[in-house]
Amino acid sequence: MDPVIELAGLSVRFGDREILHNLRVALSGRTIGLLGPNGAGKSTLIQTLLGFVPLSAGSATIFGHDIRQQTRELRALVGYMPENDAFIANLTAVSFVRMMGELAGLPPDAALERAHEVLFYVGLGEARYRLLGTYSLGMKQLAKLAQAIVHGPRLLILDEPTNGLDPPARLRMIRLIKEMKQTGSMHLVVCSHLLRDVEETCEEVLILKQGRIVHYSNLEEERRANKRFVELETVGDEKDFAGALTALGCECVGAGLGRIKMVLPADFELREIYRLAADRDLQLRRLNYRRDTLEDIFLKAMEA
Amino acid sequence: MAVYKRTYAAYEGALTPAWSRFLILPRYSFARLWQSKFLVMFFMACFFYPLGCIGYIYLANNLSILSSFGFPVGQFLKVDASLFLYFCWVQAAFTYLLTAFIGPSLVSPDLVNGAMPLYLCRPFSRAEYIAGKMSVLVFLLSLVTWVPGLILFVIQGSLAGWEWTKANLWIAGSLFIGMAVWILVLSLLALALSAWIKWKIAAGGLVLGVFFAGAGFGTALNNVMRTKYGTLLNLTEVMYTVWSKLFRLTPDTGISVEAAWICLGVVCAVCLWLLARRVRAFEVVK
Repeated sequence: MDPVIELAGLSVRFGDREILHNLRVALSGRTIGLLGPNGAGKSTLIQTLLGFVPLSAGSATIFGHDIRQQTRELRALVGYMPENDAFIANLTAVSFVRMMGELAGLPPDAALERAHEVLFYVGLGEARYRLLGTYSLGMKQLAKLAQAIVHGPRLLILDEPTNGLDPPARLRMIRLIKEMKQTGSMHLVVCSHLLRDVEETCEEVLILKQGRIVHYSNLEEERRANKRFVELETVGDEKDFAGALTALGCECVGAGLGRIKMVLPADFELREIYRLAADRDLQLRRLNYRRDTLEDIFLKAMEA
Repeated sequence: MAVYKRTYAAYEGALTPAWSRFLILPRYSFARLWQSKFLVMFFMACFFYPLGCIGYIYLANNLSILSSFGFPVGQFLKVDASLFLYFCWVQAAFTYLLTAFIGPSLVSPDLVNGAMPLYLCRPFSRAEYIAGKMSVLVFLLSLVTWVPGLILFVIQGSLAGWEWTKANLWIAGSLFIGMAVWILVLSLLALALSAWIKWKIAAGGLVLGVFFAGAGFGTALNNVMRTKYGTLLNLTEVMYTVWSKLFRLTPDTGISVEAAWICLGVVCAVCLWLLARRVRAFEVVK
């Protein structure tokens, strides 16, 4: 699969301070999570990809377009929802979204039609004729999302999309992100401090720390791989049991006190474990899949 | 797609040409500006003097009407370069107030509300943004300066005949160039101040203040230093010098026309630099 975003030694410097250092990665997932503590360089990376911040070294491409040489073509393909308040206070939502659509190249009539559509889609249909200055924080977030998708971008960059949202509004935003992902016409980059949001929506995760990539993880593959790691807690002769499992192709390691850690081979049926245990009159007290949560991954990356 | 179908679909229709997109900004700005009754009334007031000039030109070319009322005529009413210079002077005062009213509402709201990333994350450059915002002022100020000025010239030409028109065609050129330079300076100044001062009222006050303070400071400098170059801080005098030269009259401001042109160039360059510093998608916090 062609990469959506490819960073090749990308570095960004503000004065003497290096904000991003030699980033190298190729991201091709439908939804890409961007994680990191405050000051890690997430927003700077987004701004660099949008062409707002000049590169000090390296290069980067989005859908094969060089961010330095083909900025205009690239921006036509991208929708951006900024983290901070960004609106025009004395415009109604429909005028605002329409104007943003027109600036992206839509003809006025099409932009108006799309503005109505996307405002209904994000859930602001009934409030679309209100001035943006009168909107609540949650409504402003939705208006920002509407302006980001009005022109039908191929890549949607969401910077802290659930910032300041109450639980129902957060769930709504997550649902919208999932729905847009499922349309198949759009790739998403979700930059968030909330690991749960990223875990719920993203296939790939890039973790930054002090301007460096400290971890890249394909969550889909990790989820698949996690299902092959099993931990057992038994009462009985676990050595004989482990030998029988090894004979079936499992890699087993005794962890003492009746505990066994094992890696299952492909096409292994879990019922075999129960059958072998029953044959040996062995009690199975616990069977756990090993599951590295995104929080585990993140914390490991931060400790690295 | 009907609005009841609340699903997302990508846009796959035609796009507008990239060069025309800067014109989107003035369209939305005008829609907002004309909601102000004060602006509409003031804008209408800007045409009173050109209407008076039309009457003057008509009478100047129809002296028999005046003499029939017993008014002394002769060299009293004449249409020449000085009339158009005075026209520039009066209309410039109106445009100055118009700019102080409109200018601050163009850029500062976008900066206050953090809208710059939304404009610039699209295929829309900073230059196009400035051109779009500037075109609001250029269009409005043109309507009250060189457009009525050229209409006056055409009226005078039609009344005085082809010989007069041919001999004074340079007045039309001077009028257009003089007013275009004034509009450029005023627009850039208003946008630059609007970009740096986020409070609209303060920005409007500063647009007025730049001229008054410059004039005062320039006069003080002239008196203290016993020079005439302090006048270069007085943009009104600088502009008058340029207009006088364009209308082939002798300026009495004490500064050379070359110095005046350089001064205007420096003002424009500084304004562009100020705009370039502020009109960007992000702020670097030191």
